[in-house]
Amino acid sequence: MNTPLWEVFIRARNGLAHRHVGSVHAADPTMALQAARDVYTRRGEGLSVWVVPSNAIVASDPADRDMLFEPTGSKIYRHPTFYEIPEDVGHM
Amino acid sequence: MYSQALNTKETAADTSPEATRFQARIDAEDRIEPNDWMPEAYRRTLIRQISQHAHSEIVGMLPEGNWITRAPSLRRKAALLAKVQDEGGHGLYLYAAAETLGVAREELTDQLLSGRAKYSSIFNYPTLTWADIGTIGWLVDGAAIMNQIPLCRCSFGPYARAMVRICREESFHQRQGYEIVMTLCQGTPEQKAMAQDALNRWWWPCLMMFGPPDGASEHSDTSMRWKIKRFSNDGLRQKFVDATVPQGRYLGLTFPDPDLRFDDESGHWRFGPIDWDEFRRVLAGDGPCNRERLEARRKAHDDGAWVREAALAYAAKQRIAA
Amino acid sequence: MTTTSIAVPDEPRIQTLLGLADDALILGHRLSEWTGHAPTLEEELALANIALDLIGQARMLYQATGLDEDALAYLRDPPQFRNMPIAELPNGDFAFTMVRLFLVSVAADRFWRNAVASEDPTIAAIAAKAEKETAYHVRHAAAWVIRLGDGTPESHRRAQTALNALWPYTGGFADRAGWLQAVAPVLSEATLVQPADGWMQPSGRDGRHTEHLGHLLAEMQILPRTHPGATW
Repeated sequence: MNTPLWEVFIRARNGLAHRHVGSVHAADPTMALQAARDVYTRRGEGLSVWVVPSNAIVASDPADRDMLFEPTGSKIYRHPTFYEIPEDVGHM
Repeated sequence: MYSQALNTKETAADTSPEATRFQARIDAEDRIEPNDWMPEAYRRTLIRQISQHAHSEIVGMLPEGNWITRAPSLRRKAALLAKVQDEGGHGLYLYAAAETLGVAREELTDQLLSGRAKYSSIFNYPTLTWADIGTIGWLVDGAAIMNQIPLCRCSFGPYARAMVRICREESFHQRQGYEIVMTLCQGTPEQKAMAQDALNRWWWPCLMMFGPPDGASEHSDTSMRWKIKRFSNDGLRQKFVDATVPQGRYLGLTFPDPDLRFDDESGHWRFGPIDWDEFRRVLAGDGPCNRERLEARRKAHDDGAWVREAALAYAAKQRIAA
Repeated sequence: MTTTSIAVPDEPRIQTLLGLADDALILGHRLSEWTGHAPTLEEELALANIALDLIGQARMLYQATGLDEDALAYLRDPPQFRNMPIAELPNGDFAFTMVRLFLVSVAADRFWRNAVASEDPTIAAIAAKAEKETAYHVRHAAAWVIRLGDGTPESHRRAQTALNALWPYTGGFADRAGWLQAVAPVLSEATLVQPADGWMQPSGRDGRHTEHLGHLLAEMQILPRTHPGATW
């Protein structure tokens, strides 16, 4: 049996979100967390580590990319630059 | 530490609409991610190249690891251990990048241990003196950096991201090596002789690290088109020689090449012919340390089997108890 | 020509610092021998991290003596070393390495936690750093001891064999009763049988060692010994 794969997320400093940095192999959550610490935080990279079983991640299908993400491109009224405010009003 | 240009030929004359779109994405400098459609040959090429790179890092731990217990000062001992540890980490990042393409680390390890996979020929040479540790850092890591920096822009996202991390971590490796060689060159006559002897033995194998000359390289065109590779073997080799020769001369060392001379016209250092027979022979298995290196990896793997089984057995028990 | 060994002042503070430093250096050296040969890639990195922590602790402690750290490491003979013999035993299998690391790290961690309040400001400063490192060493080693002890029949047998072989080397641990209390729950969770106390090996603090230290030092010291006065 192969040793399970885990995805590793690290918070570089408080105030930032955890960010995906790579993966490790480990038999259980405790060892996965230690492996993540030992592999990915050797140069002061983090203050907090998450590990998630790789097979627990649900990913969108790249083939659905256009369907999922293209319709948003036309909704330009969601962006502040869509609206015209006279310069005299000042920054808004 | 290093990937060698070892790939074999891929015939990739795929003209399907998917393949055309794929190539258009590559041409537009888009990155390919694991779940994206990709030609089978692209996937195979990447798995082979990334895993060879990973194997090179892992096997590369052995020649330098040979001197951790004999490092001549505590500062050197800590630096060398940290460097060799980095190589283990880099192997790990690279195996993980290869795994995104649907191949398990266990399978890749099996390919290495069974002798089916290749790794960089440089690690089949022995580390005979402490000067070899400095020289490996200076030359082998120097050559690796030349090769690896362009890989940070490789078209395959996970490989490129792993390389960004690796290049950042490796930035101390070459300096560590050069400092060792410099200290030896400024030391006793015995130490300086040690440094010269190491350069004599490592110089030519280092030039071979960039792979066969462009004319003889079978794979470059496809890899270049897919932006897995961005510079030719000869181009990178020349860049390495141009950067390294002045560093060696600064130390008062002599390169073991009677043909080495600066060409005013081109602004490049010209070097003599490389013994490609030696390269092919070492790659095929007949180098000074090929058998020992693989034997050491097999032993570590076999001796560790009961440990990995114990960890899995414990995890299984915990799951049942939960 | 060979380099002769240095003489070390017989001052209590220096001898105490050397005992701690030598423990860390010798165990760190042993752990560094795993490099390239560990059971998993993840464990390669873990073992090297611990070895680097220990070598770092040794350096700080040697420096705290006011003597040259490399002279202390490379130019003393085996009887001048003050480490506990448990640190110098060869690595054996992964079970032996991990059980040893666990037993020693628990003792070291308890020592450093107290030393944080030391009246010697140098030792207190070293302790503040070392205590965090050894706390992790305990956690990592304990996790493995539990998994090996309660893993497969083979791993259990290996872990118990290692524990039995190492036990006589634990007699010199400071506050042994407190140490026993700290290791017992982990051994129990690992389904390992705590060996009975019998005859104990000497503590090593007086320079009496096993046969293994001489070989370890012969390897470690070879370059400074063969090139007298050279800089590296």
